[in-house]
Amino acid sequence: MPAAAADEAGRAAERVARESFGRLVALLAARTRDVAAAEDALSEAFAAALRQWPEGGVPDNPAAWLITVARRRGEDAARRRAVEAGGANRLALVAEELEQAALSPEAIPDRRLALMFACAHPAIDPAMRAPLILQAVLGLTAEDIAAAFLVPPATMGQRLVRAKARIRDADIPFSVPDPGELPERLAAVLEAIYAAYARGWRELGDGAPRLAEEAIWLGQVVVGLIPDEPEAKGMLALMLYAEARRSARRTDDGAFVPLEAQDVALWDRGALLYAEQLLREASAAGPSGRYQLEAAIQSAHVARRLRGAATWPAILGLYDHLLVLTGSPVVALNRAVALAETEGPRAALDALGPLADDERLAGYQPYWAARGDLLARAGRHGEAREALTRALGLADEPAVRTYLRTRIESLRPDA
Amino acid sequence: MRYMMLIHHDEAALAKAPPLWGDYAAFTEAIEKAGVSYEPGPRLQPSSAASTVRVASDKTAVLDGPYADTKEQLAGFFMIDAPDLDQAIAWAARCPSARYGSIEIRPLHQG
Repeated sequence: MPAAAADEAGRAAERVARESFGRLVALLAARTRDVAAAEDALSEAFAAALRQWPEGGVPDNPAAWLITVARRRGEDAARRRAVEAGGANRLALVAEELEQAALSPEAIPDRRLALMFACAHPAIDPAMRAPLILQAVLGLTAEDIAAAFLVPPATMGQRLVRAKARIRDADIPFSVPDPGELPERLAAVLEAIYAAYARGWRELGDGAPRLAEEAIWLGQVVVGLIPDEPEAKGMLALMLYAEARRSARRTDDGAFVPLEAQDVALWDRGALLYAEQLLREASAAGPSGRYQLEAAIQSAHVARRLRGAATWPAILGLYDHLLVLTGSPVVALNRAVALAETEGPRAALDALGPLADDERLAGYQPYWAARGDLLARAGRHGEAREALTRALGLADEPAVRTYLRTRIESLRPDA
Repeated sequence: MRYMMLIHHDEAALAKAPPLWGDYAAFTEAIEKAGVSYEPGPRLQPSSAASTVRVASDKTAVLDGPYADTKEQLAGFFMIDAPDLDQAIAWAARCPSARYGSIEIRPLHQG
């Protein structure tokens, strides 16, 4: 098998292993509310699957394979730990669930959505919701998650342990909320998945696992389990629009390429078509939410760059809606950037005026980069230099830094 | 929480890099204007200018060079007051020296 095909087969096998792992954790943790115990019961079997399946192929019934290995290897260890930790009751329950599942491994219900709702419960620290989902539903290690979220691995490990203890001790339910409560609770789940995607958006190398891919996968799981929720589709579409442009946003030398300068031939047309279809389905089904609006904005960018359609007024209108909905200073910033395209940089700078003292933007690099760009376009080079210098100081990606430095050097020295 | 940020440079890599002062000016400005309490530290000469003193069994030994011969050498420090470790890490990642070595983040004893 050629290396690329072997690699792809390996990734597919890994995907199946993670899929089965997530389903089994969801099943085993549902009654005990003990995610850590469920992961423990499966950890050795899952590690064996990640080692063996990419080489030797995926077994006919992956879940049954995991259950068999987990029972064989886990029984002694679980018994030992139960005695030590005094948590015999819960661990016995987990073992019991495992025995039950072994009776009919082909009929394991998919409770991953309930698991995601538990991980994104209001009682869980918002910053830990995405890491929890990545670990419990996909089986990512604390090391991998820590690398993406820029914290030391041991710290991430401790935070995950604490968050799981909270789920168990606060008796956070493993269930899909009632329709009345669903939109608000679903927003937290979507936010966690999107946060994982945003972390993965920066990944440019081939390092595995690719967080952006995993987040898109989670988005597909959610859409598959609740196809009638337009915001879930809107978020999946939004991630796909961004992902479709991945290979166009850096040159071969790794230099940053802004959207307007990207080579559209490098955009992934398949991903774009899928995103467009999801967005159509989402908007047909009901009122527009945050993710649908953001996806619609991306769709308008695509129409402009691919077909030359004059979509800036439409983009501005969408940002108006989004601003009313969210009140976010970041949305106000993006709206002003769109305004520059329809009414010029001065109008955009006027629109930015009220944001100048917003503390939330003081450390937000894109704000200073956009402000500097608008000032430069308005001919105010001295102020532009100041804003772009602040953006440079806030940037941590070398490609973005190089871009900003070049931009600063292109300004007239004395203005 | 107050943190000392210890800057370590790979001196060989730094010698080949373009001067960092422009990026440092931008970094300092960004950190000050972000409202983070910040104290710059002095810049150290390269480790080739270092001497190391050790007293063992009443004998004083003086060696040329830094105390440990490692790839990355202490080059300076600065102090910041960040709400938590995550934000201290974010500032360390933005520090221009991080690309030519490493930034060690050490919380200070409180009180």
